[in-house]
Amino acid sequence: MPRLVNRRPGRAARVILAALPFALALGAYAIGSHLRLSENPNDKLLPSFPALADGIVRFAFEPDRRTGEILLWVDTLASLGRLAIGLAVSTALGLAVGIGIGLLPYARASLASFLAVLSMIPPLSVLPILFIVFGLGELSKVMLIVFGVAPFLMRDVALRVGELPTEQIVKAQTLGASTWQIITRVVLPQTWPRLIDAVRLSLGAAWLFLIAAEAIAAESGLGYRIFLLRRYLAMDVILPYVAWITVLAFTFDWALRVLQTRAFPWFAGTGRGRP
Amino acid sequence: MTAVSIRNVWKAYDDQVVLENISFEVSPHSFVSLVGPSGCGKSTFLRMVLSQETPTRGSILVDGTPLASEPMPDRGVVFQKYSVYPHLTALENVALGLELERSPLLGRLFGARRRAALEEAAAGLEAVGLAPARDKYPSQLSGGMQQRLAIAQALIKKPRILLLDEPFGALDPGIRADIHDLMLDLWWNTKMTVFMVSHDLREAFYLGTRVIAFDRTRTRPEEQDAYGATITFDIPLDPADPIKKRIRAAEEAAAKGLDLPIPG
Repeated sequence: MPRLVNRRPGRAARVILAALPFALALGAYAIGSHLRLSENPNDKLLPSFPALADGIVRFAFEPDRRTGEILLWVDTLASLGRLAIGLAVSTALGLAVGIGIGLLPYARASLASFLAVLSMIPPLSVLPILFIVFGLGELSKVMLIVFGVAPFLMRDVALRVGELPTEQIVKAQTLGASTWQIITRVVLPQTWPRLIDAVRLSLGAAWLFLIAAEAIAAESGLGYRIFLLRRYLAMDVILPYVAWITVLAFTFDWALRVLQTRAFPWFAGTGRGRP
Repeated sequence: MTAVSIRNVWKAYDDQVVLENISFEVSPHSFVSLVGPSGCGKSTFLRMVLSQETPTRGSILVDGTPLASEPMPDRGVVFQKYSVYPHLTALENVALGLELERSPLLGRLFGARRRAALEEAAAGLEAVGLAPARDKYPSQLSGGMQQRLAIAQALIKKPRILLLDEPFGALDPGIRADIHDLMLDLWWNTKMTVFMVSHDLREAFYLGTRVIAFDRTRTRPEEQDAYGATITFDIPLDPADPIKKRIRAAEEAAAKGLDLPIPG
């Protein structure tokens, strides 16, 4: 009998094993929903699958009676816009500051400790400050994402750049590279795939801050909608919204992973992770 | 043809003296092998010739001129590992030196100028026997091929001095013998002055025109920090010395897996 660490599932077993937790979760929900509804047909906590489907149709395919817009798409566009701007700004800051700290001793001397302190401020605790300073509009929501994600990206990029072997930097100099050329030809190209890893890891936090900001002050957005519907205990819409957010987040994560392997074929060869 | 003088060089970190009183003259087109036990400062010495570190005292002159304070293209280097860039193909690795020189702003060439640089780089790859691997990434190359690539990458800048920091230490004996011959050819044809740090005495004697050993002369524990290593042997070798032939024979035997001792 081989050791457990050496036993690997076959192809069919892998598919079944992967599907199993999903099936179990769905089954548990179906049973719970059935039990509650058979006791009280007006129970709102665990709506039946037809009720959920009805909720999805109302919000994703039929125009809202008051505004005439299809709310799911309006909310999705508003949220994704904020998320995209917030992540773009964070990524740009992460690259610029991270490469500075990781590569240039002067930047490290002046910024590293400041960044270490800055990244320890709980971002949600500054949300009121952001609302006061930037108002209740789009800017404060984007700023919360930036405040929550950018320090992490800066520190991660700085670490990854610092991990590049000194030999590479010295070798570049013997090939005649200036500091700027070292950044553009040696550091930056090797930072991209690592940055993708960092962004993937920070996606969860970015969604958290987005939904928190939308919950408190917004007129649209996925987070705004689920917190609004909470007042009516409208689980038949809240649950599909949560599932939709999960699908979106999962898709971005998957797309970034595909981008990493497609755009940086050399990166897999640098010995990261086990097959 | 480049002469190097090392004048009374000391290196200390805080209070710990690593190297002391290193002086020697290197005539043009020498191949200097630096040997010694681990921690004797031979790699530190190489980094000072590279300007990656500066001597605490003393000076290093190249053709009578003091070294620049930072690494420059006049001195090429091959490290034991991490010498080539994992994100560039073999051809791009070699072309990098040309691109950096010809495109100060981006460090990247386009169109016809890029093709010209790649063509020159292809000739450099050819010279180290890597023409078939031009489009491979370093992680797809064996250790020996990676070191050949590192050599081609360094030579494209036509350095006057080439510094080798245990470049063949991680290679199999057979591959090592081939790359030794390649190294001798390149050294002979380019008229470079070469400094090579090596753990392997056979390699040091086979390649070098001069073998210099560093060691500590004071070994009592309380003297460890106050006294550094210095030159303990300085052996000139005629390239035609018969010892080279004997080493060659032993290397070939080792490559075939017969572990013969070096005869007489």
